[in-house]
Amino acid sequence: MGGRTAGKSDGLIDTLGFYEIPEGVRLEFRLAGPVVRASAWAIDALIRAGLYLLLSMVLGLLGGVGMALLLIGFFLIEWFYPVFFELRSGATPGKRSMGIQVIQDNGLPVTPAASVIRNFLRIADFLPLFYATGLIAMMCNREFKRLGDLAAGTLVVYRDEKRERVHPPTDKVEKPPMELSEEDQLTLLAFSERADELSSDRREELAALLSPYTHRQGEANVAALYAYANWIVKGR
Amino acid sequence: MRQEAFEQEYQPLWDQLSEVMDDLERPRSKRRLESARLAEFPMQYRRLCSHYALARSRGFSPMLVDYLHQLVVRGHPLLYKRASVWGWRLLAFVSFGFPQAFRRHLGAFSISLLFFLLPGVLMGTACYLQGDMIYSVLDESTVAGMESAYDPASDHPGRSEERKSDTDVMMFGYYILNNIGIGFRTFALGILLGVGTLFILIFNGLVIGGVAGHLTQLGYTETFWPFVSGHGAFELTAIVICGGAGLLMGRAVVAPGPEGRLATLKANALEALQLVMGAALMLVVAAFIEAFWSSSTFEPQVKYAVAAVLWLLVILYLSLMGRRGRGSR
Repeated sequence: MGGRTAGKSDGLIDTLGFYEIPEGVRLEFRLAGPVVRASAWAIDALIRAGLYLLLSMVLGLLGGVGMALLLIGFFLIEWFYPVFFELRSGATPGKRSMGIQVIQDNGLPVTPAASVIRNFLRIADFLPLFYATGLIAMMCNREFKRLGDLAAGTLVVYRDEKRERVHPPTDKVEKPPMELSEEDQLTLLAFSERADELSSDRREELAALLSPYTHRQGEANVAALYAYANWIVKGR
Repeated sequence: MRQEAFEQEYQPLWDQLSEVMDDLERPRSKRRLESARLAEFPMQYRRLCSHYALARSRGFSPMLVDYLHQLVVRGHPLLYKRASVWGWRLLAFVSFGFPQAFRRHLGAFSISLLFFLLPGVLMGTACYLQGDMIYSVLDESTVAGMESAYDPASDHPGRSEERKSDTDVMMFGYYILNNIGIGFRTFALGILLGVGTLFILIFNGLVIGGVAGHLTQLGYTETFWPFVSGHGAFELTAIVICGGAGLLMGRAVVAPGPEGRLATLKANALEALQLVMGAALMLVVAAFIEAFWSSSTFEPQVKYAVAAVLWLLVILYLSLMGRRGRGSR
């Protein structure tokens, strides 16, 4: 599957990466950095500690067989806790709560082999203390890969939360007073589609930048920009 | 085509596709749509991809582009994810995948064996000839524990004093946790230029060789050798195989092939993983033998006979299983 790169887009330093799929289109992902990954790890560490405790309390009472199951349980949690969750849903509970997930670097869900490799190599990344080796490795490549990710060919990326499409804030259509470049059009569309995310003061403040062209102020100015956006979408 | 007309024209297709994807994301048994509709998915997905490309290049609104992007990202794994049948894969792996992988990497195994065996034999000889040599690798209390565990006067060989009351089944759990953990570490630390793996191999060689030499010199042969010879076939072989897996990782970093360091590392990691998983299965067998057979109180002759059979079994399994006529290895 096609080439992919991260770290640079349009000359800016960015954490956006992409991979190309066989259909010939480029898909984007946002890489998760060391801080959010460390937070996810800390949450998982707490959950693991809870599991150890729970297991000890329940199985500790059962004598010899209970002890055997307890030790095997420790073994499974120590080595396969992340593998289990990554194969089920792409993310451990810690990663899920931080909104990130593991994928293959061709965009597919993480494979069993890759998940085992990346998680077994944690002990190398951890050395000498608190993932120091892993952190250095993450600094040395564009995709924030620790040693385990390099060997397994995996990426840790933000999980896309499902966003609903919003309808334009007004039905009015008005032709913009001047010729707009494609970039200008996209900016206007983005402004109109983000209407809900901005406070009314901020909307007016942003729109004021264009009042020399619209010859309007305040609310009316904002409404004019929405109407231009509608014109771009619908035509005359 | 303006954006509005574009959306009106294709929204029904996107809605349909989204419904199909909902269904494909469900487990096979819970799917609701009929298979004819699911079969249309690849065609529809390719149309969606071209819509996405079109929306981008025509400068349609960011939200529409984002909506199509989400659909494309969602569909990609549904179309290309590989389904696998776990039971079959395990069976195939045990009956030919693992021994074949072992034979592919006989070189790494041999080097690993050398770094385990050489320190072991040297240390064993040294400890056999000189009684206090063992203290150079193990502290006093550990040595004392070993000595009491294999004291011929003891009624339960292989278990140190404080473990005597523990049941065999608990020891099984302990061997799983401890020994397979060592195997996994031997593999994983190989990525540090192979140094981590070599360290574990040499260290284990020194300790195991040292203990063997020391106990032999004390005359505890009747308890020590019958105990370890049986499960050793699986346990020692598996640890050395994990060492070979670690060395494969190290070699990819130190001396990568013409494909480059990263590609070699990825390829070698997949190979090494097969060795490690096979070794882990061998360690489960070893833990079983060690917990339930090695600790039993049969005559040493019986133990040795069984040990010989087990060693032969391991050697035959690794060297013969999965051979397919001439040309294959």
